[in-house]
Amino acid sequence: MKNTEEILQILKDTFPESSIELKADLPVESFIICNPLEIDKISNFLHDNTELDFNSLINLSGVDEIKANQLSVYYHIESTRLKHKLVLKVAADRNNPEVASVTDIWKGANWHEREAYDMFGIKFLNHPDLRRILMPYDWEAGYPLRKDYENPEFYQGMKVPY
Amino acid sequence: MMYDYFVELFGNTVIAGIASGILMSLLPLFIFILPYALLAVLAERKVSAHMQDRLGPMRIGWHGWNQTIADILKLIQKEDIVASDTDKPLFNFAPILVFAGSYAAFAAIPFSSYYIGSEVDLGIFYIIAVTGLVVAGILMAGWASNNKYSLLGSMRSVAQIVSYEIPTMLVVLSLVMVSETMSLHKLSEMQTGYFWNWYIFGGPGFTLTKFLLIPSMLIGFIIIYISTLAEVNRVPFDIPEAESELVAGYHTEYSGMKFAMFFLAEYANMYAVSAIVAALFFGGYQSPIGYLGNLLGVEWLIPLEQFFWFAAKGLFFVFVQMWLRWTLPRLRVDQLMAVSWKYLIPIAFINLIIIGFITLI
Amino acid sequence: MSQDILTKTKSSVIRTEEMVLNMGPQHPSTHGVLRLELGLEGEIITKVIPHIGYLHRCFEKHCEAMTYPQIVPYTDRMDYLASMGNEFGYAVAMEKFLGIELPQRVEYIRVIMAEFQRIASHLVALGTYGADIGAFTPFLYCFRDREKILHLFEITCGARLLYNYIWVGGLSHDLHPDFVRKAKDFIKEFRPTIKELNELLSYNKIFIDRTANVGILPVDTAINYGVSGPNLRASGFKWDIRKDDPYSVYDKFDFDIPVGKGTHGTVGDSWDRYFVRILEMEESLKIIEQALDQLPDGDVQSAIPKRIKPNAGQVYGRVENPRGELGYFIISDGSTSPYRVKVRAPSFVTMQILGELCKGYMIADVITILGSIDIVLGEIDR
Repeated sequence: MKNTEEILQILKDTFPESSIELKADLPVESFIICNPLEIDKISNFLHDNTELDFNSLINLSGVDEIKANQLSVYYHIESTRLKHKLVLKVAADRNNPEVASVTDIWKGANWHEREAYDMFGIKFLNHPDLRRILMPYDWEAGYPLRKDYENPEFYQGMKVPY
Repeated sequence: MMYDYFVELFGNTVIAGIASGILMSLLPLFIFILPYALLAVLAERKVSAHMQDRLGPMRIGWHGWNQTIADILKLIQKEDIVASDTDKPLFNFAPILVFAGSYAAFAAIPFSSYYIGSEVDLGIFYIIAVTGLVVAGILMAGWASNNKYSLLGSMRSVAQIVSYEIPTMLVVLSLVMVSETMSLHKLSEMQTGYFWNWYIFGGPGFTLTKFLLIPSMLIGFIIIYISTLAEVNRVPFDIPEAESELVAGYHTEYSGMKFAMFFLAEYANMYAVSAIVAALFFGGYQSPIGYLGNLLGVEWLIPLEQFFWFAAKGLFFVFVQMWLRWTLPRLRVDQLMAVSWKYLIPIAFINLIIIGFITLI
Repeated sequence: MSQDILTKTKSSVIRTEEMVLNMGPQHPSTHGVLRLELGLEGEIITKVIPHIGYLHRCFEKHCEAMTYPQIVPYTDRMDYLASMGNEFGYAVAMEKFLGIELPQRVEYIRVIMAEFQRIASHLVALGTYGADIGAFTPFLYCFRDREKILHLFEITCGARLLYNYIWVGGLSHDLHPDFVRKAKDFIKEFRPTIKELNELLSYNKIFIDRTANVGILPVDTAINYGVSGPNLRASGFKWDIRKDDPYSVYDKFDFDIPVGKGTHGTVGDSWDRYFVRILEMEESLKIIEQALDQLPDGDVQSAIPKRIKPNAGQVYGRVENPRGELGYFIISDGSTSPYRVKVRAPSFVTMQILGELCKGYMIADVITILGSIDIVLGEIDR
């Protein structure tokens, strides 16, 4: 059982050249921010390290931080053996949102990542099957959970705002 | 018999033949199958309802007894939908063939000693052969519907019916060995008297053979009941129409009266196989406890009593089929085949050999 | 010569190809509008691709335009068979965010309601599972008992399915004066019917043949996929948020966490997933009995905040819903409506394993496996 600060220290020791920082001033949860293209490497370490043993991905959610011109992804991970939890955050540039996929590490991330792609247009690199999931496959009007999304006039010849 | 009666009436064998022929072929439909199907559909709903802690149909007539008639009226009014990509001749012909197959079986079923549609010497053989038509009809329906569920359902159905005909035949064969006849009428006549003369209790007479036969006969009865259950696609063997997997199986695409014909055929088949079981093992139309007609000396009462007993025995087995349907889950395809090929057929075969030896003694 | 014919037959004369069967969106056993794209080799499954989204109602987008209390009725509509649990999860997350201390009576009533909801939801799961296998009668027995629970909910808050009962900081109504008596009557009546269900369905030979050794989910695969709730416990892993990360007053009650034991086959098969739910209903009854006996007095609305406006920040709150871990990830920007709400729906996560579980089984087993993981499409599509 380790708290976020201890885990941060371990991460910093393991990945000295990566930018890993703690954000703890906001209520209620503190989280660790890392580089979107290195999240797979860090996750792999968190998953495989026996002292940490984060074997389960509880939740993965995309967030549109439009003021910072970022699309970010929050990872809630947990160890069912050691019973500790951790929140990770990555922030990608809004114009070219690319995040490394963690599907290889936690298979449960597959659909979560597809949903984040579907709703925010975040591209998960090395994802095995990055398609839309909740929206129709031929939805062309963009990514609905982005803050600047606007409904299309028509979809397949049907009027959308009814 | 009816033909003789007409000969006496008209004094001419040709007219008598035509008249009795028409009457014979129409009678089972109007006297028995239609009223029976109406009753059985309602009974199914009522039986299932009471097993499931509900009431079932209650609105139309007293306790909903007119429900089936209302349903048939509804089915007649329904639009006869034929999807555009179906094979139309086959699609239209399939329900007729299925119904004809099960209806034709009634020709040789002995309802009483005075009323058998056609007293063929190979009665039991004929029934099993003619119900084979149902398979062709089901395959036609499944193929012509151009629907994957229908196709899967009909494939399953054919595999199932063909496999389960073998244990049925083996049991019938063993009974034919004991009774030395294939005529259902003669079989029923042999089991006359009281219920201990039934073949389930080893057949007529008090000989050593009778007592040796009892266990074999019991096994034979269980096998034939299970396999006929599978032949009419009832739970736990209803995989061809398995509604939770294949929507409705081979009749998914059918509506209106064509659907009603499949439905009617199913219920007619249920009675036909129950009647076969009753005729083979349970004395056919013979009363288990003697006749009131004999007791009172009223001769014309006897055929009526026989008809009553035959209907009662058949309906009892139909009831058991319903009872099973609302109690048991459904088997899977491979398990269903395993039941037939791994258990029923070997047991039926061994049973056949044992019965053969016993009859030789 | 014969060899020639044989090779020719194999290559050109008889052509076999994989059949693609679209199961759903309208199908009796997909438990809602789910489309499964099945690849079939005869009756054998070669691939299963689930297509979801037919029931997508934009819950997360709606939330961004609502104030915090207005979201509660929307949560009801996600897992519509366990609405109390959904509200509970949202309330737990928000109270964690706002730091609200609740009156004890509220906590107890919430636990009672959540456990009744768990029983009701499991009854639907078990009943429809029986119907999937082909036994229709247990389905109606289960619905008969569920009806009694819905009646209890109805006298409490007036609604039978979508309650809007558990609010942030309190409850919409106090208990009906008859509630405790009726609840105890129900428990007394319900215990024997579990036994009846076991005799009718659980220990039926055909049922066991159909479900045991079908769709085996090994425990590490389950954890790797994030599977939770009864499906994870059926794989033999003792994991329940009520015990492992206690919320509300669950730490005050004495109850077990049933796990799958592989009684009739392998640990983690469909029968285990089915039977764990039956055992869980009995544990829920135990919790309800204790809660009813200890039920304290008090006002159920005293802690409801007048205006909910959390500081900028984020929270992840989770509860053990009948289908597994239900989590709400809420981000606030300091206004009266959330900046982002993400729901971690247990069925959404569980649904991913379907393709892996079904491979190599038969069509009938797809229905068996799909029924045994007990999904609700309202929650998957949100």
